[in-house]
Amino acid sequence: MGSGGIGSSWDGTLSVSEFRAAAVAFADRWRISGSSLPPWSWVPVDEQHRWLSRQVDGFLSMENVCMMRSAGDRDAAAEEMGPCGLDEPVDVATLVPRGGSDSDVNRCDLNIIYSHSYRLPVLYFRVYSSDGQPLALCDFERHLPSDSVEAIVGSKWTFITQEEHPYLKRPWYKLHPCGTSEWVKLLLLSDTSVATRDDAVDLYLLSWFSVVGRVIGVSIPFETTRSLD
Amino acid sequence: MEDAQQLVWRGAIPLQIHLHESEVTTLPPPPPVHILAPRIGYLPLLVPQIKPHFDNALPPGVDTVWFDYKGLPLKWFIPTGVLFDLLCPEPERPWNLTVHFRGYPANLLLPWEGEDSIKWSFINDLKEAAYIINGNCKSVMNMSQADQHDLWHSVLNGDLETYLLVSTKLRLGMEEGHTVNLDSMSRKQENEISGQVKSGKIPIRLYVRCVTENFDDLDEVPRLDNWDRLHYINQPVEILQEEGKYFSMEDAIGTLLPEVFVKNTVSEEVADGAEGEEQKEAGKDSRRREPRVCLGGAAELKLLRVQGIEPQLDIPFSWVASNLVHPERFLHVCALIRADRENTA
Repeated sequence: MGSGGIGSSWDGTLSVSEFRAAAVAFADRWRISGSSLPPWSWVPVDEQHRWLSRQVDGFLSMENVCMMRSAGDRDAAAEEMGPCGLDEPVDVATLVPRGGSDSDVNRCDLNIIYSHSYRLPVLYFRVYSSDGQPLALCDFERHLPSDSVEAIVGSKWTFITQEEHPYLKRPWYKLHPCGTSEWVKLLLLSDTSVATRDDAVDLYLLSWFSVVGRVIGVSIPFETTRSLD
Repeated sequence: MEDAQQLVWRGAIPLQIHLHESEVTTLPPPPPVHILAPRIGYLPLLVPQIKPHFDNALPPGVDTVWFDYKGLPLKWFIPTGVLFDLLCPEPERPWNLTVHFRGYPANLLLPWEGEDSIKWSFINDLKEAAYIINGNCKSVMNMSQADQHDLWHSVLNGDLETYLLVSTKLRLGMEEGHTVNLDSMSRKQENEISGQVKSGKIPIRLYVRCVTENFDDLDEVPRLDNWDRLHYINQPVEILQEEGKYFSMEDAIGTLLPEVFVKNTVSEEVADGAEGEEQKEAGKDSRRREPRVCLGGAAELKLLRVQGIEPQLDIPFSWVASNLVHPERFLHVCALIRADRENTA
């Protein structure tokens, strides 16, 4: 929104138009980083939604990501969720690009959708087997990082729940956004390259996804954590 | 005058529930069950009452209960009253639903894992509402187990008194005097405003159904045969105060559906003389909007329903928000729109 300095007045949320700007910036960074994961693309919302959408004309989507390794391999990389991860080189993702043996390979679609209620991006995802069958959480849990599994066990109904995809109207998993604004704000305000609100918008989804992606075992490519110029 | 909130909590829909023919194993087939379903309740919660009637007719197997209306599988997380308002523009009484105990359409409907599914859907919605109203969900997150239990059971039992007792602690604008915290986002840090909900953000779940067919009477509205034709979203509305004016239902609709032409006569068409003529006239002129000219043809609001009521457009929105709200603190607004598909770019 404004290009003024950013300070304690910012509460860590985004307006609709800022979300769109943040999505474009994030998808660009991701692409330029040469990530081995698929690109993020902007999915325009069905024309029928236009009565509802109010300036949100779509969401970010990354499709057909392979999940391979089991939780056991991930223990070394398991880290606390929190604002400390950004400066460190990121571990190789649990989710890897296609290739390798296809048996026991589950695929995953990720969508980043703006919530008008929380004024935040929210992660929705679904997992399906190699033959296209949707999988339930209990079927793919073992592919998730161990700390996520703990959180799922500890807060079955408030951490990851199955909900309707706001636009596709089918059951997807949703990562609950409570508390997001607080830690995103911490992440961004502690980043010395963030001087203005525009800077914060620019880096918003990168910071956000560095934490949120890890919950389901996908880490951001190391290169994208560096500024583009 | 009876408290509107009490009326809402006592509101019920007479259901006539049939067992789906594919699950009938007895002759003659079991007769339908008649049941009064609370508007603020959820269909699967009726199963303990329904099941005994059909138990003997069912084929062997494990129960996975779901309902349909004329073939459309019903979403369990939408309150029963809202389903009725969405699917029956012309109210059908009793409402004929079909129950299935087998063959859950898992690709279409969210899985049903028993009462916990709806309880947590309720609490997560409540959290979202709290975030909209207060800028955080702490009051809901920090609710004690006992309060959580009491709150949920007050909804199950339609016990408004207990509900008010517990929900007051959540500071969601329900307490005595309807105090409301201004959203922490807004620049006007006036903190609290007493009296009726005057200001602040109202959690709304807006359902929009758009039809292209022309119709004069509500019984001519084509049946909804596919959820893809109905759109809904959680969308807060901020009550904006202007000097000397109140924020009306029409203002709220203007915010929610800015491109839809709201005919001044909507309330006359549907209210059908239920209200005094003078009342309608009085409200009309001062608040008349210029007809919105829509790009590429008109989209017109044909029907607006909240809690089974077609609220007059000049009613103060704060009244609607305080009185017709659901227990999870969302106001469920059902809008039926007619638009010329061909003309929309």
